[in-house]
Amino acid sequence: MDEQTIPIQIKGLRDGLLISIGDGEWATLEPALFEYIDSQDSFFRGARIALDVGAQKLKVNDLVSLRDKLSEHEISLWAVMSESALTEKTAQLLGLATRISKPRPEQLNQFSVDGHNNETALFLDRTLRSGMRIEYPGHIVVTGDVNPGAEIIAEGNVLVWGRVRGMIHAGAKGDNSAYICALALAPTHLRIAEVVSGKLKKGENQTPVIVKISKDGKLKFVPWQPE
Amino acid sequence: MSAKIVTITSGKGGVGKTTAVANIAVALATNGAKVCCIDGDIGLRNLDVIMGLENRIVYDIVDVIEGRCRLRQAMIRDKRLPELFLIPAAQTRDKTAVSPSDMVRLADELRGEVDWVLIDSPAGIERGFRNTIAPADDILIITNPEVSAVRDADRVIGLIEAEEKNKPSLIINRINPVMIKAHDMLSAEDVLDLLAIPLIGIVPEDENVIVSANRGSPIVLNSKSIAGMAFRNIAQRLEGQEVPYLDLDNHGGLWNRIQRIAGKN
Ligand SMILES: Nc1ncnc2c1ncn2[C@@H]1O[C@H](COP(=O)(O)OP(=O)(O)O)[C@@H](O)[C@H]1O
Ligand SMILES: [Mg+2]
Repeated sequence: MDEQTIPIQIKGLRDGLLISIGDGEWATLEPALFEYIDSQDSFFRGARIALDVGAQKLKVNDLVSLRDKLSEHEISLWAVMSESALTEKTAQLLGLATRISKPRPEQLNQFSVDGHNNETALFLDRTLRSGMRIEYPGHIVVTGDVNPGAEIIAEGNVLVWGRVRGMIHAGAKGDNSAYICALALAPTHLRIAEVVSGKLKKGENQTPVIVKISKDGKLKFVPWQPE
Repeated sequence: MSAKIVTITSGKGGVGKTTAVANIAVALATNGAKVCCIDGDIGLRNLDVIMGLENRIVYDIVDVIEGRCRLRQAMIRDKRLPELFLIPAAQTRDKTAVSPSDMVRLADELRGEVDWVLIDSPAGIERGFRNTIAPADDILIITNPEVSAVRDADRVIGLIEAEEKNKPSLIINRINPVMIKAHDMLSAEDVLDLLAIPLIGIVPEDENVIVSANRGSPIVLNSKSIAGMAFRNIAQRLEGQEVPYLDLDNHGGLWNRIQRIAGKN
């Protein structure tokens, strides 16, 4: 295939390559990508790549088979970036990164406090296990537990219909009005906007609880009581 | 014949994957099934040693995949059980010599030959792990009652769930009732509570496991060992039988609770 007709771009990163794939049918783009990789001989062998798939909606099977095929070419896929929330969620659950550089702390402070820019919610009907990092520019709702070693980072609120034993950051871009609620809370680390929780004692917060920033600027744990 | 392909994996190294594969395979074969084990730990082969078959290796898994021999030529017959086979790992190659689709093809070819294929996997969650997971119909996660082993098991379960594979089952290995009582170790209940997958076996700590591994004679062949009994029970549960859990602390309390949790899953 002629290079001009393939919407594939390669850029060097500090620790690998970034491959951007343009719009089109995945069923034709994926083979085109491999044709391109094959045509470059040994250039890609042993490479670590991050893939930007634009608005492609990729399901579990698509990403698993892509990752395995790349690995058969001795290429390791470590990140998949996408504008599609579905693709992003799939990548995160497979343990792939979805950003190629972490936002620097000084950037965090620049965001306005009048709410996150996105009022949508991401629903996850599963237990989040060690190594999973879920980031979303809105609210995150989990029905299941958040286990030690899992991380949730939401620009909005985080609701967990289950037990939290992992890390949660709500209002991640500076929204002080964000809150976290859970059926039971024994997290390794809890944070709302820039406020970090002190060490939580074992056995505390074993009933439903809401966490907010109180007037004194600290995290306040309010047990939830039915009216 | 259509074999069931079962992979045993853990994330963390040294928790008992290879021990479990050897023992469950011997137990299944003793019950009359035709079984083939695959050592998926390319570059660090040791299933052959634990099964006492290292002197018989001629061809290995990479030879089959790269077409230097036929599948049957790489299947080493066990010296005690004529219906038990081992496809050894290559010792001089690394895990990139095998790909997930190679493993799927190999396992599919074995389906017509045996009743069970048991695959031993390497530590980690990289290529070698994915190679052994790709062909699996069922996955057994093995862990020890230690925070770090459980954390790794949780990670692996998450990856398997994300791939929409069948829900894995759990083996808790090296349970030591004395240490649990002293609160020096997680209990089986703590482990199950966190991992929340169905239990298929609890194996006690037993120094004879190490002795028998060194002799190339898996512990299930020793009818007096409780660890051996625990592995025999796992084989029976795989075959679909209901087997009660062993009372490992002679007091019943903890084990009654485990029976209850196991039933719930
Ligand atoms: N139930 C047990 N009791 C005592 N020792 C055990 C038990 N299970 C495994 N071991 C020992 O632990 C070590 C690691 O086991 P192995 O099966 O090689 O782990 P892995 O394959 O996960 O790396 C070996 O020395 C083995 O004999
Ligand atoms: Mg091993």
